[in-house]
Amino acid sequence: MNSETLNALDTYSKNKYKYGFVTDIETDKPKKGLNEDIIKYISSKKNEPKWMLDWRLNSFAKWNKMKEPEWANLDFPKIDYQNIYYYSAPKNFEKKPKDLSEVDPKLIETYNKLGIPLEEQKVLAGVAVDVVFDSVSVATTYKGELEKLGIIFCSIGEAIQKHPDLVKKYLGSVIPPGDHSFSALNSAVFTDGSFVYIPEGVKCPMELSTYFRINAENTGQFERTLIIADKGSYVSYLEGCTAPKRDDNQLHAANVELIALEDAEIKYSTVQNWYPGDENGKGGIYNFVTKRGLCAGKNSKISWTQVETGSAITWKYPSCILKGDNSIGEFYSVAITNNFQQADTGTKMTHIGKNTKSKIISKGISLGKSQNTYRGEVSFLRKADKARNYTQCDSLLVGNQCGAHTVPYIDSKNNTAVIEHEASTSKINEDQLYYCRQRGLSHEEAVSLIVNGFCKQVLQELPMEFAVEAQKLVSISLEGSVG
Amino acid sequence: MFLDINNLSVRIENKNILNSLNLKINKGEVHAIMGPNGSGKSTLANVLAGKEDYEILNGKVNFKDNDLLELNIEERAQEGMFLAFQYPVEIPGVNITPFLHSAINSKKKRMNEEEIDNLSFAKLLKSKANELGISIDMLKRSVNTGFSGGEKKRYEILQMSILNPDLAILDETDSGLDIDALKIVTDGVNRLKTEDNSFLIITHYQKLLDYIKPDYVHVMVNGSIVKSGGAEVAAEIEKDGFQKFQ
Repeated sequence: MNSETLNALDTYSKNKYKYGFVTDIETDKPKKGLNEDIIKYISSKKNEPKWMLDWRLNSFAKWNKMKEPEWANLDFPKIDYQNIYYYSAPKNFEKKPKDLSEVDPKLIETYNKLGIPLEEQKVLAGVAVDVVFDSVSVATTYKGELEKLGIIFCSIGEAIQKHPDLVKKYLGSVIPPGDHSFSALNSAVFTDGSFVYIPEGVKCPMELSTYFRINAENTGQFERTLIIADKGSYVSYLEGCTAPKRDDNQLHAANVELIALEDAEIKYSTVQNWYPGDENGKGGIYNFVTKRGLCAGKNSKISWTQVETGSAITWKYPSCILKGDNSIGEFYSVAITNNFQQADTGTKMTHIGKNTKSKIISKGISLGKSQNTYRGEVSFLRKADKARNYTQCDSLLVGNQCGAHTVPYIDSKNNTAVIEHEASTSKINEDQLYYCRQRGLSHEEAVSLIVNGFCKQVLQELPMEFAVEAQKLVSISLEGSVG
Repeated sequence: MFLDINNLSVRIENKNILNSLNLKINKGEVHAIMGPNGSGKSTLANVLAGKEDYEILNGKVNFKDNDLLELNIEERAQEGMFLAFQYPVEIPGVNITPFLHSAINSKKKRMNEEEIDNLSFAKLLKSKANELGISIDMLKRSVNTGFSGGEKKRYEILQMSILNPDLAILDETDSGLDIDALKIVTDGVNRLKTEDNSFLIITHYQKLLDYIKPDYVHVMVNGSIVKSGGAEVAAEIEKDGFQKFQ
């Protein structure tokens, strides 16, 4: 990259994270550290039944015996689990507010600043939102309207109280607590997150969305989301996340489970914009997330779309278990890393049923001194006759101090399986920049245009309401980059 | 004076490419530069457009009362300079409509003119595409991506007619074109020609000049203009080649 390009990139302001403010609000917090007492504290705060507490304690026992997964291409100091708060809620928040008049104005103000107004008339038309602040769900919009269709959209805490049968049946059915240490940890201490149930034959008429915000210092966020699409139903769900700027790293270890029964379809989109740390690599969120979907029934479909721009570290592999015959799994990903960010992200597609299909489109963009890894595993079990996978991994490097890595694993036990894999790595092209600028576009506009073009295949999978936002986020993430 | 290149010397990687080059272009004129391969024609085009790989050793360039060498690439473009590339680069995923829309508005911004809205721009693009025989389908594709050589050149002319430059530089636009494509491209140029704009046409062959009538023809050898004249110079080259100028 020549010197003028470098200078132009350098003149972008260095730290453009817009969501870095802190809400000054009194909180309820137990002591730091992880032990049985803390788990009992969380469970009692949430007024949980005994079966839930037992499940947590079992998970904790498992976690105690486990080690963190170490195979990812990530470098970070050991996490001190005893130096983290596992629960934080605005004071006097034992009961979720019934309506907005009961919500602390400071919280409403926070979400207004984030561009997520909680008053329904101001909310994006056609989008129902559940907002989670640290460990608790603050508000859920459009609930009444959805209830008329039999759709359940509430916080997981509320679901444990009101829909215990569904929770008992499905919680941990796709991600068993003992799967790995982060899933055991989440199962032991999860606080809030969303619960969705779409009844048989119902097409959910609006986008469902959860907005996660970490506010309190030294606090981990462990959200748990469970989405069940009954036979022949359809739902599109989107999550967004932000956190204040802080010098210490914060842990976010979420579990998301999706279950699609016969002929059902779930579309799950993520726009992840946790605080990424500053330009020297100080602070930022450690994002260790387990997301897994089970295509349980015939002809079911699960589609993951993610735009990952934030977090100091991203460890995340939204996966599909394609159990039902003819089921389809998709994974569309844009991961942008800048400064000292590290991302190790990808997917697992496990083909079990006949004629199952999966598609993986991954676009990694590395800037600054960041490291960006795609890691994927496609496996075909013995009975997966005529299953197919198509994988495309493209990496774009901006500058010469960053890294892009691709680690695809393929494992086939069925010789009728068809696998296609395409991969490319390229540098942002000076000729393209020259061409755009010769037409009168500024340097910044040109870089943003080229990168957005590179990601287009993925961005166009996002629900329309969010596609424009995501494009802007991509442009912002490119700022402050030095080649 | 519209464009005034005065004693320009340029080097790349310790190799002198342009040597004390002089050229003056007035408003409303069409100039052609002809020369053998390696004579520095494309370098001249890129130096005027502001490409950054070159080292300016000496000389001055004035364009519309600006010191051209002080402006960066996009400022020159916004001031009304357009380069039709010899090899237009592919930009996957970037659609021509928002691309050109941003381009035209960045120019209007610099000129303190009102920006053009989506709808008016779409109409403008469609009518210009029609004139050049470019299908609506082609407008939906990404910039230059998967285009044939002829399609790329037509696309360049489309962009030129949208941006309506004061000075258009055509860098070997005729290379790789068959006779039908050449006609479409040159028709486009001739339609754009007015009293107020100028063209600098760089070509290796005389054929292009059968379609676009130049007011002046210059012969460039080893980074300098060695002969200037009217259309008769092109005919002379057609007959005898560049040999006698070297």
